[in-house]
This record gives sequence, C-alpha cells and structure tokens, in this order.
Amino acid sequence: MKKLLKYSAFAIAMVGATSAAQAVDLNVVSWGGAYTASQMNAYHKPYMKANPGVKINSIDYSGGLAEMRAQTEAGNVTWDLVDVVLSDAITGCDEGMFRPIDIDKEMAAAPDGTPPSKDFLKGTLLSECFIPQIIYSTAFAYRTDAWGGKKPTKMADVFDLKNFPGKRALQKKAINNLEWALIADGVPASKVYEVLDTDEGKDRAFKKLGTIKKDVIWWTEGAVPPQLLADGEAVFGTGYNGRWFSAIAEEKQPFSMLWDGQVLDIDGWAVPAKGKHVKDVMTFLKYATDTQRLADQAKYISYGPARKSSGPMVSKHATLGIEMGPHMPTKYADQGFMTGFKWWADNGDEMNERFAAWLLQ
Amino acid sequence: MADENTGGGVVLAADGSPLKVSLNRAMRKNRIRALLLVTPLFVFILFSFLIPIFDMTMRSVDNWHVGTLMPKTTAALENWDGKNIPDEPVFAALVADLQAGLKSREIGKVGTRLNYEKSGMRSMITGSARKSKKIKTGPYKEKVLKMHKKWSDLETWTVIKRNTSPYTIGYYLNAVDMKYDKKGDIVMQPENRRIYGKLFMRTFAISLAITVICIVLAYPISYLLATLPLRYSNLLMIFVLLPFWTSLLVRTTAWIAMLQSHGVLNDLFVFFGLVDDDHRLQLIHNLTGTIIAMTHILLPFMVLPLYSVMKTIPPSYMRAALSLGANPVVAFVRVYMPQTLSGIGAGSILVFILSIGYYITPALVGGTGGTLISNQIAYHMQSSLNWGLAGALGALLLFSVLALYLLYNKLVGIDNMRLG
Repeated sequence: MKKLLKYSAFAIAMVGATSAAQAVDLNVVSWGGAYTASQMNAYHKPYMKANPGVKINSIDYSGGLAEMRAQTEAGNVTWDLVDVVLSDAITGCDEGMFRPIDIDKEMAAAPDGTPPSKDFLKGTLLSECFIPQIIYSTAFAYRTDAWGGKKPTKMADVFDLKNFPGKRALQKKAINNLEWALIADGVPASKVYEVLDTDEGKDRAFKKLGTIKKDVIWWTEGAVPPQLLADGEAVFGTGYNGRWFSAIAEEKQPFSMLWDGQVLDIDGWAVPAKGKHVKDVMTFLKYATDTQRLADQAKYISYGPARKSSGPMVSKHATLGIEMGPHMPTKYADQGFMTGFKWWADNGDEMNERFAAWLLQ
Repeated sequence: MADENTGGGVVLAADGSPLKVSLNRAMRKNRIRALLLVTPLFVFILFSFLIPIFDMTMRSVDNWHVGTLMPKTTAALENWDGKNIPDEPVFAALVADLQAGLKSREIGKVGTRLNYEKSGMRSMITGSARKSKKIKTGPYKEKVLKMHKKWSDLETWTVIKRNTSPYTIGYYLNAVDMKYDKKGDIVMQPENRRIYGKLFMRTFAISLAITVICIVLAYPISYLLATLPLRYSNLLMIFVLLPFWTSLLVRTTAWIAMLQSHGVLNDLFVFFGLVDDDHRLQLIHNLTGTIIAMTHILLPFMVLPLYSVMKTIPPSYMRAALSLGANPVVAFVRVYMPQTLSGIGAGSILVFILSIGYYITPALVGGTGGTLISNQIAYHMQSSLNWGLAGALGALLLFSVLALYLLYNKLVGIDNMRLG
C-alpha cells in the first residue's frame, strides 16, 4: 500500500511537471517500423529541436479508419495527425473525420515560390483533407536464385507456372491482385479499370487469378512477404517497395524487383477534425511537408517524395551511402499504373466479398 | 417459530430490540456487504461486456444514416409508389439534402451506407453532393438526372426508399448470404458472393473437430496425471501448464517455424526419407495448420477439468469392478468412464466455445482453408468499417453459441458439468 501511494504521488508529480512546462504533446500516428523511423529522423526530431515546447509522440497503427472512427464517435479524439493512404483519407474526409485543408494558404510553398497546389505531383491532391507525403508502390520481387539463370521480366511471368515454378506470396485482398491478373492476361495497364468495370472483366480477372491459386501463399502483414522469400517459402512476392528495399539493400537478400505492373499509391497526412491541438499540428504539418523535409525522408527509406521540388534533392541513403534514385518507384512509373481509388471506393465492398468467397471455393 | 415459543410475546435480542428486527438488520448488513463485494465485478462486466455487446447488436439493425442526414428526401419519399422515378418535389428535396450534407461534411456516411446495398452508390452520392453546389434553382429533376446517370435508375430510388426506415434487416440478410434484388425482394446472393454461410459451417465443423481431438488427446494424459505417483504427475503437470503460460502469439509463431515447408518437421521428414525434398508437406497456411495449432493451444482447457474430475474418482471403484469379474476394458468403459463424463462435458464446452471465437491463430496460420468467421468479423471491424455487418455476424455467432449451450443443457444438463 505504501508503495502504491509512492507511485501515485510520483505520477501526480509527473503530471504537475508536464503542465508546468506548458508543453504541447502532439500524438502523431503512423505505420511503425522503418517508415516511422524515417519520419522521426526527417521531421519529428528536427522540429522538436527547433521548438522545445513541442513534444511529438509517435504512435504506431496498422492502417484503416476503425480507430479514427471510434475516437470521433466517442467524441474523444486523442490523435492529432494521422498517416493514411489516400483511399482512407477520401473516406474519412467524406465522413467528416478529417479536417479540410486549404493547401495554398496552410502549407509551405516550394523554395522557388511555386504554390503547393502546383508543387505536389499531378494527380496526388485528390482529397481536400489530404497532404501527400510519399509515392509508394506495391510491386513484385523474386528470388534471383530460383530458376537458374532465368529472370522474370513481365507480369505474365508471375502467372507462368511452367517457366517460373514455385509459390507466390500475394496479399490477401482483392485490390491489386485483380489488376495484375488482367495485365498478365493481356489487358494494357491503362485499360484495367475499364475492363474491371464490366461483369465479364471481373470474371476474367478471377479466372486468371485462379490459374495460380493453388500456388499462392496469402499474406496480411507487410513484413511477411520478404520473410517468406528469405525463408525460401516463396519465389515471388508482392510487397511495399520500401520493404523490398530494406531486404535487398540493407539485408543483402538475393531478391530483385520486378517493376513491371507496379501499382503506385499515395500516402500522406490527414488531420482529425476534432483533434485537440489543431493549430499546433498545422504548424508542424507545414514544416513536415515542405520541400526539404520530404527530400530528407528519402534518405532513410525508398519512397518517392510527393513534391516536384523535392525530387532533384533526393540524394544518398543516410547510413548505407547508396544512391537512392534507382530505388524510387517513381523512376519506374511508366512500367506501372496509379491505383484506381474511385473504382475501389465504389466496388471495394463487393469485390472483397467476392474475393473472400473465391478463396473459399 | 419465535411466536410459538413465547406464546404471543416477542423474543428479544441481547440489546433489547426484537429478535426479528435484529436478525433482519444483521442480514441486511450481510446482503449489502455481499452486494458491495460483487459491485466491482458487476460494473466491470457491465461496461466491458454487456454494454459493448448491446451496442454492437444495436448497430446490426440501426439504419439512421438516410433518415437523419437526408430528412427532406425521406419525407418527400414517404408516399412514393415505387413504380416510376419520383417527381420534381423529391428531386428538390434531394438537392437540398445533398447541399446540407456537403456543408456538414456528413454526406459521405450516406454514401458509405448505401454502397453496402448497391456498389457504386458511394461515388454517386458524394459526387452528386459536390456537383449539387452549383444548383441554385429548378427544375431540379432535369439537373440531377444530368449529374449521374444512375439517378434515372429505378433501383437507386428503391434502395434509398428502403433505407429511409430507421431500422434494417439488411445486415442480417448480408450475414446469411442474402440480399435485396432490383425489385426489393429478398433473394440469395449469387453463388460467387456466398461466403458467410460457408464460414459459419466451417467454424462449427473445425471447432467440433478440435473438441473431439482434444478429448482423444487429453483423456490419456489426464488419466496419467490423476493416477501416477505425485512426483511424476507433478512433472507431467508442468509439461501441460508450461505452454499454457506461454504467450498465445509465441506458441502460434512457434508452430509456423515447426510446420512450414522448410520448417523443422518437414526437414526431419526429408532427413529420414519419409517425403521427397521436392514434395514437402504443406502443413501450415491451411486447415491442417489451424487444427494443429488450435488443438495445441486449447488442449490445457480439456486436460485441466478432466484431471480434476479424475482425481476425485477413488481407485477402489476400478479395483472393485475387476475383483467382481469384469475384464479391464469393461470395467473401464462401464465404471470409470461414466464418472468422467462431467469432466468431458466441461472441457468440451470450454474448448468448443473458445475455438468458435478464435481469431489470432487462424489469421496467422489459417491461410485460406483455415480462416474462421471471427476473421471476417475482424475484417469488417478493422478494414471495411462495415460495423453493422460485423455486429450482425457477431450477434448470429453469439445466438448460435447460446442455442448450443441450451441444447447442451437439455441433453446433458449443465448441473452435470464439473470443473473440479
């Protein structure tokens, strides 16, 4: 009991100490792992150094809007800034969870004075609640030692079990897999969503996917596919290009990227509309999404900065010393395509149900 | 009784007050004390269990979105006959609602809700709301029909009209693989979208299989535990309890290392020439993996009740049966086993109910063949955000478990269940 009293006294003292310092605690939520580390190095640490009154707490989550919606509905929003994929930003914006941002007024211009609305890459400003941060891609990688000297070069090779036998590690979701099936079946990347919009197109995608179904290992966590390839459990795997980069460049795994058919997606920030420190977090957000900061982040992880003006400033990896340019998905943008946010917003519910039913068959 | 003894007089307690009153006072004190003792538990269960369950069950029928966020359209559609596209007043109300919803930034909720019933309605609603900003004057019908071609689709209006009512059975229909068709009649989902029925069946089948395997495996262990001398049985008990004390995730991931195709077990098989190196057994990321891992994790829940029941069976019963001429098998089946039934019942109900709601292990080792209904519930909670459907699936699961429990009570009798 005495001990307990001591602890609670200590806790009260701690609370007193924090409020005495008048510090602002910002809860910044992101994906964890190497990605959060890159954000801490590029944004959080320099910002806290320049603003001693601000303390940034980094919170990890695994994506999705469940927690955000629960906080909003309960009327107790503890998150101040959330790292979200674009599709979640759009949904959250439509449902009033996130705050609309006047990008030209509230965000930083490029060093040459270009307003943000012109400086962010074309086609990334798709929601008024969303400040783009990086372009990432979901792409295939393969084990270079799997088939002697033979190397896959195109999406159709992933679906070619005769020439490239072995297990494929795919994400257990309809998104991307349907697109890839169609591309492997001969549909040009630019026509994928047009074809998917028809019933025949959907059947065609599922049918093509069915040709490799028995050789697929389905994954749900992003850390799994590199592990499956490293263990030799799979020869092909889909995954986020940043994860592949750490496996290839940092861990020296015998993997190589298959950029063909890579699906580009945008990740960025959204500000909870009912957050408790909106003003403070907007100041931080302006800092964290300026040209220099976005270029800095690319020193720690191989995701492409979402600003045009940051592109030329991307240099070498902070610790490995390798040129980051060739590892940026944006460099191979012409081999892939942008994910169809709109199509998935409308058809996601139905397709995921059909996908789950297809898995059971 | 007191009255009889004193012949009409009142028995007094030591302090002079009537005994009855004094007794009542003492009893009341005890009752209050007992009540206070259970209060923390009751409050805890109320807030962490009963209220959330009630809330999720309400969500599975709640349908406030259209009625609250599109009040004018709801009112205007009240007398719509459902045979033709509605007329100008309805469209005027629709435009007003869309504009208001855009301003309050809540129209997306209507889109999300309606998209569950009909794919494509999300972008139709949110897109139309954005375009509605420009509409200042009538004729509204003409302008709205130009915004999106689906506004001239009768089905769109059927769906909206249906969801103006504050409660829906739509989520439950979805949860049993049914839906409304274009005309609003209830039909089965097309074959390629039927999933929940199969998953429910699979969940029950897997749970049953795991329960049976647990009985088969746990029975001899418990028997050994109960009959061996103490120093051996204590050691055995530690073997049973050690995995029980280990984190669930650790045990599950350990099974991945054991069972994967380049894992310990397959390596051993190849080493001893039992399987060919190119045809390693697929033991994980499928049904086999789920059953193996879940059986291992749930086994202590069968062993412990069985053990505690067997421990109370005097060894002299078996000796008596044998000395009266029964052969060991008959003695075991007719004398020993019936006495352990209560333990089997308790263990089975624990294992079965736990495995019905199992989530982490099938998610990690289940692949496609070994996922259960709980994984779909988790998916709708976390990813698709269709909490109504998650609530409906959860409620169905809850009710079926309750039904099974009642059945069990009827067949075996819950009083016959013994945990020790």
